[in-house]
Amino acid sequence: MSDAAAKLGMETAIAGVPEAVPHAPPAGHGPWGWVRANLFSSWLSAALTLVLAFLIARGLWSFVQWALVNAVWWTPENQSQACRALRGIGACWAVVTEKYRFILFATYPFDQQWRPALAIAIFVALFFVSALRRFRRKELFLVWVAALTLIAVLMWGGVLGLPYVPQERWGGLPVTLILATFGLALGFPLGILVALGRRSNLPAIKAVCVLYVELIRGVPLVSLLFMASVMFPLFLPEGMNVDKLLRAQIAIILFAGAYLAEVVRGGLQALPKGQYEGADSLGLSYWQKTGLIILPQALRLVIPPLVNTFIGFFKDTSLVLIIGIFDLLTAAKTAIVEPAWQAFGLEVFVVVAAIYFLFCFATSRYSQRLEAELNRTTRH
Amino acid sequence: MRLSWSDRRFRGLVWQVLVVGSVAALAFWLWRNTVTNLDARHIATGFAFLKREAGMPIADALISYRPSDTYLRALVIGVLNTLRVAIVGIVLATLLGTAIGVARLSKNWLLAKVATVYVEVLRDIPLLLQLLFWYVVLQGLPAPRQALQPVTGVFVSNRGLLLPTIEWDALHGWVVLAGIVGIAGTLLYRRAARARQMADGKPRRVWPVALLLILGVPLAVNAALAVPWAVRWPELRGFNFAGGTALSPEYVALLLALTTYTAAFIAEIVRAGILSVSRGQWEAAQALGLRPGVILARIAMPQALRVIIPPLTSQYLNLTKNSSLAVAIGYQDIVSIANTMLNQTGQAIEGIAMIMLVFLTISLSISLLMNWYNARTALVGR
Repeated sequence: MSDAAAKLGMETAIAGVPEAVPHAPPAGHGPWGWVRANLFSSWLSAALTLVLAFLIARGLWSFVQWALVNAVWWTPENQSQACRALRGIGACWAVVTEKYRFILFATYPFDQQWRPALAIAIFVALFFVSALRRFRRKELFLVWVAALTLIAVLMWGGVLGLPYVPQERWGGLPVTLILATFGLALGFPLGILVALGRRSNLPAIKAVCVLYVELIRGVPLVSLLFMASVMFPLFLPEGMNVDKLLRAQIAIILFAGAYLAEVVRGGLQALPKGQYEGADSLGLSYWQKTGLIILPQALRLVIPPLVNTFIGFFKDTSLVLIIGIFDLLTAAKTAIVEPAWQAFGLEVFVVVAAIYFLFCFATSRYSQRLEAELNRTTRH
Repeated sequence: MRLSWSDRRFRGLVWQVLVVGSVAALAFWLWRNTVTNLDARHIATGFAFLKREAGMPIADALISYRPSDTYLRALVIGVLNTLRVAIVGIVLATLLGTAIGVARLSKNWLLAKVATVYVEVLRDIPLLLQLLFWYVVLQGLPAPRQALQPVTGVFVSNRGLLLPTIEWDALHGWVVLAGIVGIAGTLLYRRAARARQMADGKPRRVWPVALLLILGVPLAVNAALAVPWAVRWPELRGFNFAGGTALSPEYVALLLALTTYTAAFIAEIVRAGILSVSRGQWEAAQALGLRPGVILARIAMPQALRVIIPPLTSQYLNLTKNSSLAVAIGYQDIVSIANTMLNQTGQAIEGIAMIMLVFLTISLSISLLMNWYNARTALVGR
């Protein structure tokens, strides 16, 4: 932290000293007591409360005016005149009602869009089931395989009377979910292997793993995606062609692997040495020791940071916009390219932000609950 | 070592040979394919193109640049642009993040809630989306003729942010030098004061001397040399502004997005750091009769920093790497310029290698700096 920042931290924290030092203020009784203790405990606090309340009220008021009162919810077929008249005064939600199919599914054939919609539902159900405690067992793996196969069938088609849809036509939310899910499902095992390799006492294996992790973590994801989109074709022999989406997917898996490896390594390091020595003294082989003793405990320790990393990746998949893959964000950006709707990017971005927020917020809440659960079980 | 699978060392050797061998084989295979492909497509290799004319326009350049300059110069400008946004972003994000992190611990319920909502919302929306959002907001601002003027001399329009500047004069260098001398003198005085306190136990005031040295010396130099301080105000000429410093909307959008997004993460780190200092530490210090400011500076902060520094470092690295999203809105940072370059020359491998080299260098420098700082604040173990 810079010196100035340290000073600022100091000064601002001085005001916050009392909460770190409990001196049990008389809390008072009832709601009035609570208000006095939490909103008007001192002159400074009271002034702050009033200023903040004023700002929040004003902000909320103008937001309600813009988003609800003056908003245009619907316009006739692709005509934005009503919206243009209200530009800057009211939101044009009509752009969303007009374009929501494109934003969610992009260029997927219009009459077949129930298929990606169903795929989204399967994804959500899959995440939900995996999050439930009572489903945390080995059979879950089979559920994942089945669900992902079903999604592949739905998206591609070509069997069971479903018309074939090439990958270039996929887009929107399903692509975001596919990139994130496969990135994690394959990046996680890779990360575990690399983390084990980095802790290994075989120098050459350790060196390879360190090189991989540091190289990937030292450069931005954008440059890896560029690499996947322009350099990857040069790497392959003549005639061998890999689809653009798959190339981006590989970049994301490699990226996820490096970051997850560091999280897993944290867990491996946090495990008491006695666990390793105990396993050795039982005469277990390396893989028995790792699979039966070390990993189950180490992974449990790092569940909260793992979930946070997952959230990070879900957000990072939006970077494929830069190499022109149609994920949710790219579809949203493309939806407003049309001149009639060009001026209403804000509305589209607000809606897409809400979709991302929903996924990430739910996951982060889940992670907090897990953490609390974990703390309870390890303390006793 | 025996040549048998039951020998641990032999097993280790076999594994290593296998792993290194397959990695090397893969690398060789990729390399050979690449050479064949480059040959087939008649793409040149090597870095000779760096001396060729770039021919790309660059809007944001810290040093003089014309499209007829070389690729090398264009890349240097890209690096400078990346550093410009990363360094300013790191400073601003640290300030904002610290403020929000402290606010989250405030006794004032409303302030704490506002800070919590800020963190939750900003953390759960992709940075790229926020960047595009800010860019759209900035482009929706009025044209230069109707520019907003929040403070006299500062103009906000869809062409970006305009600030008044001080006209540079050769004599300013002396004033800056005097300031540096003042800071150095203060540091020396502080060391001496510490040493004497260690000897006789009496604390000495540093701030009067610091004030005198840091403010007094440059002011004296300024008066002695009669340094001119001319301010150049931006003014509207025709359809755009002239004079002053112009920050492009791309730069402002990127800076805003990076700062506000990273601040949400820094806030959580700062909060965790402050909470990590146990109550007993505060109580013990209070029992010794220390003033709150001293408790914070000497007892709480050094311990909190130990928890804060490592994750803060990775946030700084993230911010720097995230500045590469600039390419999405057309701010010409290193990634954007290298991307244009590789499209023009077709030398993809060299272009991407340069991007990676630049970022690895920046990442390593930040890591080294922060590790050095961390080692200084770390607990001295037995």
